[in-house]
Amino acid sequence: MTAVAETPVPQEFAAAFEENPEATRQLVIINWSGDFDRVLPTLILEDAAAAMGYKTKVFTTFWGLLPFVKDQKRIVGDNWMQKMLSFMQRPGISHLKTTKMNFMGMGPWMMGRLMKQYNVASAKEMLEAAQAMGVEFLPCQMTMEMFGLKKEDFIDGLGEPVGAATVLELMTQPNTASLFI
Amino acid sequence: MATTTILDARGLKCPMPIVKTAQQIKLVEQGDLLEVLSTDPGSVADFAAWSRSTGNEIVEQGVQDGVYRFVLRRK
Repeated sequence: MTAVAETPVPQEFAAAFEENPEATRQLVIINWSGDFDRVLPTLILEDAAAAMGYKTKVFTTFWGLLPFVKDQKRIVGDNWMQKMLSFMQRPGISHLKTTKMNFMGMGPWMMGRLMKQYNVASAKEMLEAAQAMGVEFLPCQMTMEMFGLKKEDFIDGLGEPVGAATVLELMTQPNTASLFI
Repeated sequence: MATTTILDARGLKCPMPIVKTAQQIKLVEQGDLLEVLSTDPGSVADFAAWSRSTGNEIVEQGVQDGVYRFVLRRK
């Protein structure tokens, strides 16, 4: 008997990815950057790790917090400096800048076009896949406060804000690969 | 007789073939088969690694006209 899978994959699989007691390996990524060319490898590796059955956790800190702010948020923060920062570095997974050759958005625009042309999944699609597979995103409490970011500024489904000690404990667990991107 | 589900991952690029496979295999009954079609040449190494990591066996694999085919049995 043969059945053809519906595409896209229905959402009911999400439950199957809940805490897997058999998972023996873990990937911990410190996502420090909000740049296109750094966030992308974070997303690719976390998606692949979750698909491989690894426990996968991403600690998002500093500029790395901004991609996890809702796309429609334009200015975030309480005081003028925080607002200015978010004005200069627009938050949201769809508004990433490149580290090199940004050229007022030309670089990311061309990169986006190339990714579409070569059928590479977008950052947004990869983030959604990661969340569906139970990748845990842990925002950094201290930098959240410094940037004036609140829980409601972020996309749904992020974990509770944590600190350095929590991440170090995760990183030093057995069978864990840790990356600072 | 094991049921076979077909997942068409043709055209997708790394890491999406294994992401879609990992998602789809959760919907397959244990012991049933998932047949994946991919055009990503990296799939050969990636499906082998995925199979070793997750314990879902590759029961058959082949390539024809640039399309890689993997038949996987859900653990």
